Amino acid sequence: MSTTQTPIDIDTGPAQIDGPPAASLIAAGIGAVTLGLFITLAEASTGTKDFLQWNDRVGPLSGKTILAVIAYFGSFLILGLVWRGKTFALRSILIAAGALVLLGLLFTFPPIFQAFASG
Amino acid sequence: MDLSNRETWGLIHGLLLGSFFLLAFAGGLAELYGLRSRWETDEGLAGSVRRLTVGFWAMAVAAWLTVITGTWIVYPWYREKLAGADGAGCVDAQLPIPGKCSPKDFLVSNVSGDTESWHEFGMEWKEHIAWLAPMFATTAAFIVAYYGVKLAKQGRIRRLTITLFVLAFGVAAVAGILGALITKVAPVK
Repeated sequence: MSTTQTPIDIDTGPAQIDGPPAASLIAAGIGAVTLGLFITLAEASTGTKDFLQWNDRVGPLSGKTILAVIAYFGSFLILGLVWRGKTFALRSILIAAGALVLLGLLFTFPPIFQAFASG
Repeated sequence: MDLSNRETWGLIHGLLLGSFFLLAFAGGLAELYGLRSRWETDEGLAGSVRRLTVGFWAMAVAAWLTVITGTWIVYPWYREKLAGADGAGCVDAQLPIPGKCSPKDFLVSNVSGDTESWHEFGMEWKEHIAWLAPMFATTAAFIVAYYGVKLAKQGRIRRLTITLFVLAFGVAAVAGILGALITKVAPVK
């Protein structure tokens, strides 16, 4: 007597993702990498750090986070509109978003961004 | 028994909003994992998607409110420069002293042991990585709302959403744990 194991999941058709969700994934990556970029730039340059101090009580964190949020929602909106009605290979979107998110995570890790500290 | 204004905001930030996000994670994960057309009836799937959509958006809003209250309300009290350039305000302190020695002053002064790393590593990581959680959570909520019941038949997209949701939880957990530990060493009062 043999038994057949039922697969947990069935995916039919090519691995594709619609434009708006693809835009949301890329936007998450862009938001993450923007935050990482400004954290590192603020560490490397006092000029950038001063520029990012949009609020004296919050300090440079104010500029870094506002710019990251603008990058996230801005790219979400723009890519979402441009990619509406389109589909993309899931693999390509995953690789692009994954690389951006990974970079963002790396550059929010203190030992990495502090390695760029000026002085 | 009473709480100062600063302690109250610390509780709203960490214990209400942040904890809601972290505690709701398990429920969201279980619901999303179980969203399969082979496991549920059409009626069951519709109910699951409704709960997932409401729950994921609620979690995304909670994540945004957590980082906004943390950065714009609590963090300025943490980083106040009160102790002076030589750290005189923190001399002999065992804890931060309201008006004289802020939590950041206290930690970097090392007056109560080797505490500087709590700021240089702990707070520096927490204050930045926390902002990734609402972005990841919002994206996960959008994907759930966009695909709806179709997610039950799209295993790859569902697994991708689960990955993103776990990532949102992971970064929120890092921020939450560091926040709790830093508050234990140097509370905002």
